[in-house]
Amino acid sequence: MSMLSLKYVVPGDDFTRAGEASSDVKHKLKQLGYDSKAIRRVAIAMYEGEINMVIHAGGGEAFVEISPEEVEIQLVDHGPGIPDVEKAMQAGYSTAPDNVRSLGFGAGMGLPNIKKYTDELKIDTEVGKGTTLTMKVFAGH
Amino acid sequence: MTVKELAEKLGMTFLAGESGGDREIEGCYVGDLLSWVMARAESGDVWITVMGNVNAIAVASLTDSACIVLAESAGLDQDAKERADQQEIPVLATEKDSFATAVAVAGYLP
Repeated sequence: MSMLSLKYVVPGDDFTRAGEASSDVKHKLKQLGYDSKAIRRVAIAMYEGEINMVIHAGGGEAFVEISPEEVEIQLVDHGPGIPDVEKAMQAGYSTAPDNVRSLGFGAGMGLPNIKKYTDELKIDTEVGKGTTLTMKVFAGH
Repeated sequence: MTVKELAEKLGMTFLAGESGGDREIEGCYVGDLLSWVMARAESGDVWITVMGNVNAIAVASLTDSACIVLAESAGLDQDAKERADQQEIPVLATEKDSFATAVAVAGYLP
C-alpha cells in the first residue's frame, strides 16, 4: 500500500535545478523515518536519473511511490531514447557533451550508479520516442 | 572533531554553510567527478574538491558529507553559496591542493 505519491517536473537544460526532486524525496523519506541507508540509495539513484534527463532528454517527469516496504521511482522523458542500452550500462561509457563534463558530470557513471544503488531497475526506451526508467529500492535492505 | 574545529586547526575559512559547522567529521574523500563522488563518498566525510558549483552542493547533500573543502582556492558560485547556506552544508576554502589538504585532514580523523 502506498503511503505517499509524489510527482515532479524535471526542467530541461537547467543544471541548477536538477536535484530538486531528489532532495525533496530525501527530505520526505527522512520525515517518514525511513532507514538512512535506503534514503541515501534512493537519493543517489534519483539524482543520477534527473541529471540524465537534463543532459540527454530536455527534462521529463518523475513519479515516486513511497510505501513502508519500498520506494518506486519512475522517470519518464520524451528524449532521443538510448540506442544501445548495454553500452550505456557500462561504467565509463558516455555520450555527454563537453560542457556537461566541465560541470563534473558525463563520466559514464549515471546508469551504472542507478543500477548499483537500486534493487530493481527496468529501462524501457525507444529511439526517437523517449525513455522510462522504473527503479525500486527496498527499505531496510 | 567538528567541521568548525577542523577549519580552525587547518586555517580554513567558511565560504558558506557556517551554521552546519557543528557536524562531526568521520572520514575523508577526494574527487571532482560528481557521479564518482556520489557513488563513493560516505556519510560524515570531509569532501575535498575543486568543484564549487550548485551540483556539488547537491552531491554533498545526497551523500550526507560533513562538509566540502574547496582546494587551491577554487571559487564557489553564488547560487551554490545560497544553496549551501540554505541546506547548512559547510563549504571551506583552502589554498592548499587536494593532496596536501587530505594529508592534513587525516591527522584529525577519528
